[in-house]
Amino acid sequence: MALLAFHHITKRFGSLIANNDITLSLESGEVLALLGENGAGKTTLMNILYGHYLADEGYIEVDGTPLPPGSTDAAIKAGIGMVHQHFTLAENLTVLENIMLGTESLWSLSQKQTAARKKLAQMSLDYGLAVAPDAPVSALSVGERQRVEILKALYRDARVLILDEPTAVLTPQEAESLFSTLESLTKRGFAIIFISHKLHEILRISDRVAVLRRGQIVGSVATADADRSSLAEMMVGRKVERPSLDPMATGKAVVRLEGVTLQNRNEVPTLDQISLTVHQHQIIGIAGVAGNGQSALADLLSGLSSPTKGTFELLGQAVTRASPADIVHRGVGRIPEDRHHSGVVGDMTLWENLVSEDLRVPPVSRGGFLIDQKACIKRAERLIEQFDIRCEGPEAETKLLSGGNMQKLILARALSPNPGFILANQPVRGLDEGAIAYVHGQLLAARERGAGILLISEDLDELFSLCDRIAVIYHGKLTRSFDAKSVTAGQLGLMMAGQDPGDIELPSEQTIEQAKASISDTLQDQGTKIHAD
Amino acid sequence: MQIELREHIAPWRIALAPVAAVAVSLLLGSILILWVGASVSEAYLLLVKGALGSSFALTETFTRSIPLIFTGLAAAIAFRARFYNIGGEGQLYCGALAATFFGTGLVTLPPLLMIPFLMLVGALAGGAALAVPVLLKTHLKVDEVVTTLLLNFVILLFVGYLLEGPWKDPMSMGWPQSESIIDEGVFPKLVDKSRLHFGLLFAVIGSVLCWAMMRFTVWGYEIRAVGHNPSAARFSGINVNATVIRTALISGGFAGLAGVSEVAGLKGYLTLDISPGFGYTGIAVAMLAQLHPMAVILSALFISMIYVGADSMSRAVNIPTYIADVLVGLSVLSILVSVMLTRYRLRWR
Repeated sequence: MALLAFHHITKRFGSLIANNDITLSLESGEVLALLGENGAGKTTLMNILYGHYLADEGYIEVDGTPLPPGSTDAAIKAGIGMVHQHFTLAENLTVLENIMLGTESLWSLSQKQTAARKKLAQMSLDYGLAVAPDAPVSALSVGERQRVEILKALYRDARVLILDEPTAVLTPQEAESLFSTLESLTKRGFAIIFISHKLHEILRISDRVAVLRRGQIVGSVATADADRSSLAEMMVGRKVERPSLDPMATGKAVVRLEGVTLQNRNEVPTLDQISLTVHQHQIIGIAGVAGNGQSALADLLSGLSSPTKGTFELLGQAVTRASPADIVHRGVGRIPEDRHHSGVVGDMTLWENLVSEDLRVPPVSRGGFLIDQKACIKRAERLIEQFDIRCEGPEAETKLLSGGNMQKLILARALSPNPGFILANQPVRGLDEGAIAYVHGQLLAARERGAGILLISEDLDELFSLCDRIAVIYHGKLTRSFDAKSVTAGQLGLMMAGQDPGDIELPSEQTIEQAKASISDTLQDQGTKIHAD
Repeated sequence: MQIELREHIAPWRIALAPVAAVAVSLLLGSILILWVGASVSEAYLLLVKGALGSSFALTETFTRSIPLIFTGLAAAIAFRARFYNIGGEGQLYCGALAATFFGTGLVTLPPLLMIPFLMLVGALAGGAALAVPVLLKTHLKVDEVVTTLLLNFVILLFVGYLLEGPWKDPMSMGWPQSESIIDEGVFPKLVDKSRLHFGLLFAVIGSVLCWAMMRFTVWGYEIRAVGHNPSAARFSGINVNATVIRTALISGGFAGLAGVSEVAGLKGYLTLDISPGFGYTGIAVAMLAQLHPMAVILSALFISMIYVGADSMSRAVNIPTYIADVLVGLSVLSILVSVMLTRYRLRWR
């Protein structure tokens, strides 16, 4: 008998059918991967299982007994454990306290710490999940925190573990150690639902893949019979072509950072002596685990902050003061990390958001004061057409756009003036495959036209398929960049975890084109010393 | 009970929200009227008659709406930029101070220049009263609600000092009031033998200008962008601090104009009671108008109708005039709830 079974689950939100007649089952000892684009219904289904939502139709069985709907308590009691993508740990408490949290009655005066400690030690031993029970969670690394999340679920006697995008915050090495943990768990009869859109991970860890598209199961295959392209095709519903990167001769430098240090209010450096050069016709990738200084670097290049120390040269001219407007007018196109937070004003119309970067420039406004609405709408109509933004028209509210179309709007605003330098910070985060291909295509086209591009991403796959060179950021320090064709994911992973590049066996130095480019640069502006890049 | 976001908001809902809010507040107000023991229909009828029933009542209602339009605009424009200016009252008195200072003989110009001049200095003074709070906000992140609110008391006490001391009119028989505005500075009457003056025209022009600015200019765009999403505004190159400071100065300017029009249009001199809280009521006016500059005119007329009507109603039946404050307060609460209900729907489960 199946350990967990979904029977004909249907869930509607208004006219949207988030889950449509989903029937799925899971045996003990099995890893089921749930694959699907954003909005395909993966999270909705898991929320129904965990009691956050009520299904409109259908029911769930655990071990043959129906699970009471809409009750998280019942789900936990039935042995369902959820490891959320964003951890739900109290940072100021210790590991042991976090694990016990919520398992004891509110009214009990004593804490059964000794018993809990014993159980935790036994679990750590059994499953090979080593943690220090008395360490405060705030002192743990991301990988360790995830381990605590898993232990938290196991402590509640979970038999089915749901992992929602568990590798999003991990280095490749940490992900590998997570996978071996999962393998040891399945050997002991646990069942695991692994939610991801990273195909190679799914192929690596799962036994079976269920593919969701528009709320429906469109395929359920044994992983052994699947490969990357077949899964991608199933997920999107058509063939997906990976972008190909034609080698190109690079031109002159568009951005040059030399020993740049950026301090935050508490005078802690968020960027520490970084140096970086981006040339024309070149995409440089910045790899790194989230929170290692990527935002600080993006802020600097977006004009939101200026270097505390060091020099920042943009298209040959020094940048000394922080001004987004100035940066834009010097020819920088920026794709921000968070569309909703800093990309668009959702309550304003499409055309208003499309002109927001040159409000005081004709033809958007006359005399820098009166907005020429006709001209703006005309421009918006052109961009909507050119960038294929699906919308009701230029006067529609921007918050009504889907993620992909909102990103197209931002691309239209950033790329249509033909910028010499493009900063793309997580440009495909939260987008579906179709939109990802579009964004990548646009970036490659910009490279072709002669732009220099800095791509910040946490997804190594993305970096490898788009970048000419890749550098790693760790604790605000940036390594030199490496040829994307010769560096491996493993080597980058070690650097992402903080290893010095000097200690890693690395591919040989720069390619011939790179060497040529840096020599010609040096000839162009005499007196600038050759940089490692 | 669950609250769900509506994806599409029908325009009729937005238009209906204030109407529904007014209806609900009148309904809730009727409970109080019943409590006092009066007849609800009679009380409301008297209220409407007292506000609109005669040409005298009508001109009174219009007269009372003038300062409310100005302070309503002051609140509306500042709130649009999420700058919560609660200091309309103080800025109003600053405008009144400036009009009194320059208008009682210090400067003499022909009326065609004198009136605009008084309005200009009044607006500048109102804006200046907001300069310190807004700079504290943009540069030190000091909460503007606290600073603007507390400045009201400082300014009012300062006006009190001036009227009891250096500015006191020696001919005032001991009343704390200033000398009169010279004839060239007094607003002409709009309707003979009434108190209704040209300030109404200026207030309406102010609303139109304010609306046009919000709708057609870069300034208006920046105010809306900063109000809706300051980080996106900053990212796209808008100078957020400059926008907030500019908005605050305009807001203070409108509140200052309310003071000018009360001194130079209605009273003719400055007293400590030229404003029975117009600065605060302006916030209610702006909320009821959903921060729309043109709707401010209507909502100011409505609120002034309640105040004027409640005065005469309380004389006729035994209901205290405070019913007006209650009704205005209820209508603000109802508009907040009904605006929320236009954006969200409630679902019971």
